[in-house]
Amino acid sequence: MTKRIVAALVGNPNSGKSSLFNMITGSHQHVGNYPGVTVERKEGYCTHDGYEIQFVDLPGTYSLTAYSAEEIITRRFILEEGPDVVVDVVDASNIERNLYLGTQLIEMGVPLVLAFNMSDLAKRRGLEFDLEQLSLLLEARIVPTVGNKGEGGDALLDAIVQTAGEGRKPRVHGLRYGSEIEEELARIESVVLQREKGLADKYGSRWVALKLLEQDDEILGRVQDQEVRGVVGKSVGHLRSLFRDEPEIVLADRRYGFISGACQETIRNSVERRHDASDIVDALVTNRVLGLPIFLVLMYAVFWLTFTLGEYPMKGLEWVFTWLAASVSGLWPLGSDSWLRSLLVDGVIAGVGGVVVFLPNILLLFLAIAMLEDTGYMARAAFVMDRIMHKIGLHGKSFIPMLIGFGCSVPAIMAARILENRRNQLTTIMVIPLMSCGARLTIYSLIIPAFFAPHWRGPVMWLVYLIGILLAVICAKLLRLTVFRGETMPFVMELPPYRMPTPKSVLIHMWQRGWMFLRKAGTVILGISVVLWALASFPKPGAEQLAGLSEEQAQQASLEYSVIGRVGRFVEPVIRPLGFDWRIGTALIGAVAAKEVFVSQLSIVYAAGSEDDTDVLRERLQANYTPLVGFCIMLFSLISTPCMATLAMTRQETNSWGWAAFQFVGLTGLAYGITLAVYQVGRLWM
Amino acid sequence: MSEAAVEQETIRPLSTVTSGDTVRLVCVRAGRGLNSRLASMGFVPNVEIRVVSNSHPGPFVVVIKDVKMVLGRGVAQKILIQ
Repeated sequence: MTKRIVAALVGNPNSGKSSLFNMITGSHQHVGNYPGVTVERKEGYCTHDGYEIQFVDLPGTYSLTAYSAEEIITRRFILEEGPDVVVDVVDASNIERNLYLGTQLIEMGVPLVLAFNMSDLAKRRGLEFDLEQLSLLLEARIVPTVGNKGEGGDALLDAIVQTAGEGRKPRVHGLRYGSEIEEELARIESVVLQREKGLADKYGSRWVALKLLEQDDEILGRVQDQEVRGVVGKSVGHLRSLFRDEPEIVLADRRYGFISGACQETIRNSVERRHDASDIVDALVTNRVLGLPIFLVLMYAVFWLTFTLGEYPMKGLEWVFTWLAASVSGLWPLGSDSWLRSLLVDGVIAGVGGVVVFLPNILLLFLAIAMLEDTGYMARAAFVMDRIMHKIGLHGKSFIPMLIGFGCSVPAIMAARILENRRNQLTTIMVIPLMSCGARLTIYSLIIPAFFAPHWRGPVMWLVYLIGILLAVICAKLLRLTVFRGETMPFVMELPPYRMPTPKSVLIHMWQRGWMFLRKAGTVILGISVVLWALASFPKPGAEQLAGLSEEQAQQASLEYSVIGRVGRFVEPVIRPLGFDWRIGTALIGAVAAKEVFVSQLSIVYAAGSEDDTDVLRERLQANYTPLVGFCIMLFSLISTPCMATLAMTRQETNSWGWAAFQFVGLTGLAYGITLAVYQVGRLWM
Repeated sequence: MSEAAVEQETIRPLSTVTSGDTVRLVCVRAGRGLNSRLASMGFVPNVEIRVVSNSHPGPFVVVIKDVKMVLGRGVAQKILIQ
């Protein structure tokens, strides 16, 4: 029987933790979310020496205080789920800052293994380690690794198995914080042992005392006993007056002191540290004149890769689905009106197919994002855009998902994952649908030539896009002032050294995103497609009502008779003030499935024949509506009701149907209000 | 000269330091959250800070313990140095 070991991977952002995780677990991975938050939970396993080692890749963090979601998740996992081993991934070329997290793990007393990652880089920088000595000082096994080259994996697994075998053992020296602090710690420890036995047993009295001295909100909140609180308050006050600083900061200082002491004895730096190459590149890409153009060129490249290059495999997938629809359809005799055939062809294949064709875009987009992140440019890009995005209350990185939104909202919402701050991520997701996506272009290209003279077509199109951008900016600002109120995170960010991304980690990243997307298409989107298909197909008119009608007229009659047709008529009084009639209403409801469905639905209600020949439809539109109505159709389609795939993605990324509903209702309401105003005011002139 | 006056002269915000200079951190005057975050990233009393770039309105880039970091100007104003 194999024995199981649970190992938690922790480390600073940019410590190469993910590449080490990928190297060890390969494709045996599972990505999910922590309940209630959008922080990713990655798990994977491997077998070694008859053990099955399960790895949990915890979010990258600098510290284990209780200030950010990442820190809280990491800390809770270690404290509550009690992994057998904690592996702290340390960037060996940058030991001091990285070991800070390690000191906090030592304080927790967990069985600890240190992976000195990127040790090749450290060697090239002239750093020489006395690992044996350092390991004695830190009381933990240290294994040099090179995550992106796959070195040191076996040694690391050996260390994990050995450390897990030993279990929790008391530390000989641990960390000392100086006599003044130790005295207060001892005082708190003894009162905690007496009066908060539960806490002390669970987490260790010394750690609880440390956290209380740091005024840690989470631990402080769990102390009921007034005497303990009193002792803590007195100690904090005493140290505050002694050091003229918060005890929390003094403790941080002492931890750094311990680290630099340990490093002085065990690390030799034979080469003067140089930042040259990296500094020159940084001077260029964060330059106040050149930074923005460089960023825009790179973004153009991302956009081009995603949508221009992605168009070819997309065409291929479209062809596959057309072929599939034709083959399935061929199983029934010609002209059959079997509802099962219609369900499979018009509901399932058309619905899921219409979304799965975006898979190449998703894969290419995340290829580009992985490259930007792994090279280290993303941090610079965030910085360059931050000045502009900050004004609307968003983070510099928000620009990337918003730009992708011009292609398709679905990958854009997924891309909002790059934002660490939950409020920023939610705000970005909410306004992404206002970036006019490619599917809406099909609506504009139907309407604009129908109502506007050739020399007006360009400007009108430009105006529609501009309105979308302006609304996104206004909405983001409003959301940040109301629903997602809160301080914008003060801007402090590490600029990691530039690195070459490895194909393996980029590919794994791409595959994970693609798989997530496919799973969504197979479940939620499939469900909604079938529902929308049923609404557009049932109830069916009787055969006598269709007798003597041409195929086009029969289609028209069926759609009118269906639930969607009826709802279209039902909502007519509501949308009349926008200049819309029931036909436009019906088409707009159909557009919830996918924006481009608007065009095909409209051509059915006008019995205007095939989609390829839009001229007939345009003539009918011209005969029935004014250019103002045409403009209002575009305006409403731009702002309103994101398509079901967008909503499903919002649900997935926010982990809540509530936010998806908020987006749906909010944007539809906004569309109604603005279109109403434009139509009513516009009518005065026309 | 009183002690307070001496302090006033020598202690100033990080945002006033010119590119290329190396200074020592005295303390961070911010809320608890930012204070602790900065401390965990190495902004602790007496640490050496090298200012790589300080150009209005460009980036404010510093190096602490071999790590390059970019700060918002607001943050740089809250960090007091000597």
